[in-house]
Amino acid sequence: MKDIDAIAVLGDPVRRRLYEYVAAQGREVGRNEAAEATGVARTLAAHHLDKLTEAGLLESGSRRLTGRSGPGAGRPAKVYARARAERSVSLPGRDYRTAAELLAEAAEQAGLDDLLNEAARRRGEALRGAEAPCGDLAEAMRMLAARGYEPHLERGDGPEGAEGAEGVDRAEGGEGAQEVTEGETAVVRMRNCPFHAVSERFPPLVCGMNLALLEGLLGTDGPVRARMDARPGECCVVVEPSENVVEPSKNNED
Amino acid sequence: MIPSAHAFHLAQLNLATLRHPLDDPRTAPFVELLDPVNAAADAAPGFVWRLVEEGTPDATGLRPAGENVIVNLSVWETRDALWDFAYRSGHLEVMRRRREWFQRHVEAHLVLWWVPAGHLPTVGEALDRLADLRAHGPSSRAFTFASFTEAPGAAGA
Repeated sequence: MKDIDAIAVLGDPVRRRLYEYVAAQGREVGRNEAAEATGVARTLAAHHLDKLTEAGLLESGSRRLTGRSGPGAGRPAKVYARARAERSVSLPGRDYRTAAELLAEAAEQAGLDDLLNEAARRRGEALRGAEAPCGDLAEAMRMLAARGYEPHLERGDGPEGAEGAEGVDRAEGGEGAQEVTEGETAVVRMRNCPFHAVSERFPPLVCGMNLALLEGLLGTDGPVRARMDARPGECCVVVEPSENVVEPSKNNED
Repeated sequence: MIPSAHAFHLAQLNLATLRHPLDDPRTAPFVELLDPVNAAADAAPGFVWRLVEEGTPDATGLRPAGENVIVNLSVWETRDALWDFAYRSGHLEVMRRRREWFQRHVEAHLVLWWVPAGHLPTVGEALDRLADLRAHGPSSRAFTFASFTEAPGAAGA
């Protein structure tokens, strides 16, 4: 299906709500849950979820939602997750991706990381405007969401986020991740890399640029800070309270 | 069937030309990252082996490609295992800061190739693959992530 046809499938408001709900969860979603969340009947939700899958916007599979197995566990339920493929339409036709890849290739060959990072930091600062550095994680999430990063809160397991090394998969991390109570150490992680295609071609260059952009956007001397902490399938940057690293004298558990 | 029973493993050689000696203060941040990042590699899913100089924790003392050139030679079960370690772990931070510590390479400095599972490549063999890449461009004998070649006989990969 052509991109424009796939995107046109979202013209139906119910489909669009279902798509946006599933995409925002960052994990597999069952029919019942999607129906309840969007306020439509289960059969209607199922119909539209399958239309979205046919269009290649969602992927579907089956899973036992109860976690039980064996006799009595019931039939596996159909579950949906956002498809990884990118869709875009530009009218009139534009091709910024080729331009970005060529510019990145030249910058990589010429070793222009520092100049690129300076430009990215300035751009981030300009996007923030004359405002003070980002005040807290909630504000950071709003700023990041506005730029397409799909931020979500995650409990911090310590300054280095040791869970990253174990490659916790997204489905597992998704459910509890939103329930961070106040006062608990939490960090903001991002499900989406807005520069995905170019960052896959030139990871250190483009991920460095992304970090500099976010440092400019959030500020480097305020209550929150951006730090590189790459893990599979997510943005390479984590946003955390600056106290996580600035106050080694308190909470010194290591 | 053993889950990790791939017939071929992915070998990688990476050269880095130091701007300053390893004991120079300007290189100190890199040296501090060596142990934690090597430990992360050893614990990474799909890690098979990395070159280590006997009696030391790493290969930075070996200089087979030039006095100021450190080499990184390792073997991984799959492309994704190597990719996720190189660019989706704490190693990315080292890569991001590479210009602080290493000179820019004009020629190719990273090469990938497939080895039969169980085979541990020698430094000489690895340098031959890099020379092959430099002389003839990417091929099934010597390639990069951008010119990736699937493992011999990999079905539907």
